[in-house]
Amino acid sequence: MTDMTRPAHDLTGLDAIRHDYLRMTRQRQLYTGVLILVFIVLMVAGFDTADSRNAGGFWEGLNQIFDFPADVISEAIEKAANLPGHIMGALPALIETINIAAVATLIGCGFGTLFAVLGTRGLALWPALIPVFRRITDILRAIPEVVIALVLIFVMGGGPVPAMVAIALHTAGAMGKLFSEVNENVDLRPVEGLASVGANWSLRIWLGVFPQVLPNYLSYGLMRLEVNIRASAILGFVGAGGIGYELRNAMTFGQGRFDEAAAIFIVLFVTIVVVDQISSAVRHKLTHGGQ
Amino acid sequence: MELSANDTPTPLSALRQTELSRIGSKRIKGFALVGALLAYLVYVFFAFDIMGLADRARMDNAAILVSDSVTHKTHVTRDNRSGAISVAIEGSRRATYRDEQMPEWVTLEGQNAEIILRDGHRVTYEGAVITYHHPAFGPIVIDTANGVDLQLPQDQIPEFINAASNRVSITTEAGRLTVTRARTETMRYFFGWEMFFFDLESPFSGMSVSEVLASVVSGPRLDAAQSNLSLMVSNVWYNGIWRHGDVFWALTETVLMAFLGTFGAALIALPLAFVAASNFAPSRVMRFAMRRVFDFVRGVDALIFTIILSRAFGPGPLTGALAILITDTGAFGKLFSEALENVDNRQIEGLASTGANAMQRSRFGVLPQVMPILLSQVLYLFESNTRSATIVGAIVGGGIGLLLTQAIQTTQDWEKVTYYIILIVLLVIAMDVLSGWLRRKLIKGE
Repeated sequence: MTDMTRPAHDLTGLDAIRHDYLRMTRQRQLYTGVLILVFIVLMVAGFDTADSRNAGGFWEGLNQIFDFPADVISEAIEKAANLPGHIMGALPALIETINIAAVATLIGCGFGTLFAVLGTRGLALWPALIPVFRRITDILRAIPEVVIALVLIFVMGGGPVPAMVAIALHTAGAMGKLFSEVNENVDLRPVEGLASVGANWSLRIWLGVFPQVLPNYLSYGLMRLEVNIRASAILGFVGAGGIGYELRNAMTFGQGRFDEAAAIFIVLFVTIVVVDQISSAVRHKLTHGGQ
Repeated sequence: MELSANDTPTPLSALRQTELSRIGSKRIKGFALVGALLAYLVYVFFAFDIMGLADRARMDNAAILVSDSVTHKTHVTRDNRSGAISVAIEGSRRATYRDEQMPEWVTLEGQNAEIILRDGHRVTYEGAVITYHHPAFGPIVIDTANGVDLQLPQDQIPEFINAASNRVSITTEAGRLTVTRARTETMRYFFGWEMFFFDLESPFSGMSVSEVLASVVSGPRLDAAQSNLSLMVSNVWYNGIWRHGDVFWALTETVLMAFLGTFGAALIALPLAFVAASNFAPSRVMRFAMRRVFDFVRGVDALIFTIILSRAFGPGPLTGALAILITDTGAFGKLFSEALENVDNRQIEGLASTGANAMQRSRFGVLPQVMPILLSQVLYLFESNTRSATIVGAIVGGGIGLLLTQAIQTTQDWEKVTYYIILIVLLVIAMDVLSGWLRRKLIKGE
């Protein structure tokens, strides 16, 4: 680094570039270093805060982490003969959970499509209202499902409908955003072609836009179905119907009913894996299979 | 295939024929799909018992929810046996008016009281006799000397009075009066959220904004031990009804769960993703095993992890953070290993030709290529995990999710529920903006 100590006016062209380059590199490394340091401090301080505000400490908990699964598994093995019966018993609740997710995905994607089309420049029916529809999707996306579900449970009583409405609203917001991103990449020439032969707005969208975006929409919709099945199971745990509700009941009875909880765990796991596999196979076909 | 003029139609009409039949079959498929969807929705309509929903839905609950979320009521309660009268907001002991703070619409005199409601309605407690002065209907007298005895100025009982042998309640637009042998209670409704900044314990209670400001800037010390500014801040922070300090901590816990969970998961998943990526895996067996681990973790739902962890760690933000961390490790492992499989090999080969070892090749050849993709995925999930942290918090018992479920389960404090919902939505939007800003700043370089 002796050449770096030379006075600046001595530098030839190449040296000046080298000097600048090294200075910039060092500056960038400094920034990166500071950023990483801040990140580490945040992580450590955050962990400390979370640990101190938790009922049980991290290190004690770490030793007990396998106690509950071990209890459940040992009880399930002990009463293995009951498992098939419990699994069959959980199926109606499972179907309800899947129905909640499927209907919510359908309705949510329907509204999401509407918001996306009305909120995309070039496609919107009322261009002046584009920001309005965008804000609506933003707000729908921001409200967690559990909030809407809990309020609706108070009004409508327990059952699948509050969960379905809650998930559908959130899905509409999330899909509205994803779909409008797809819409932005649409080739507008078919739309203009249809406009030139006098097609009205709905026909332009139906024949000019949807054929282009449908594979993408379907692929996002399937991904959302996976997410929504998980969400619907969780909402069941907070009081809406379905498999989550059964799981909470089995859990509150505690020891002695863990074989039932184990059966529900198995059913939930298998469902998620199966839906995951089917949806990724279909999505693969949609994106790579072509016709 | 050979075409001859005699036994096949002309090419153009043949083409037309096949196209038309293709369009026709497509159309049939389309109709079949729509029909199947409709059939499914009809099935769900009955499976969810939508018809029965009308009976089960409690529209009165909805009305309470809507009106209570923007109004509050003050109770004037007399214990008929001891004669003690208390005036409290929402009937809460923490929001009871002291004698010198008594609102001007209540006049107390020992066991007797006069309560002025809106629109000329008025309630008086005079010993055992309680009178509701209704401007249109006339005075309604309830005598509690012997049971609960209702005397009306007119013969028939109007529908705003609900009378039983031991209990009378009068509900009008202006307020509500309930009388039993033991208790007399009048409620007056007010618009707005009560004592949002200062509770009745605070010396600032009842002051207007300008009075508070004047007192902070130049007023005499209300508390000798501290300045008025710090008194004001601490009064707001420790507000006994809204508990702003606790709410702030709850929001912090929620963000903390999302932050620790997301970034912790990313830190754990990054090295594991190298093992699971086909072009970096040390051996096929390890790669296969790692992938199955990721699949398993993603398959076991966040709900199950949350339950298992809250058994081990008890309620609190750490449990929520760990639940998010484990769930996301599976997701990140898969995403990261896919990103690693798509890296450009030439940069790595270039580094290898200069004699770089595996660590150096990863650091200078691989990370710069994948970092933007990884960071963008991590930040995207950070935003969505803020939302998840609300739900996880409701299950494990931590953060704003816990406060929200508690407030909803008591089914009384709907103004608090509204407040929490607004805070959650603002928090998620803020996280959305922050993660978008960071993505632009870190990935695109400003």
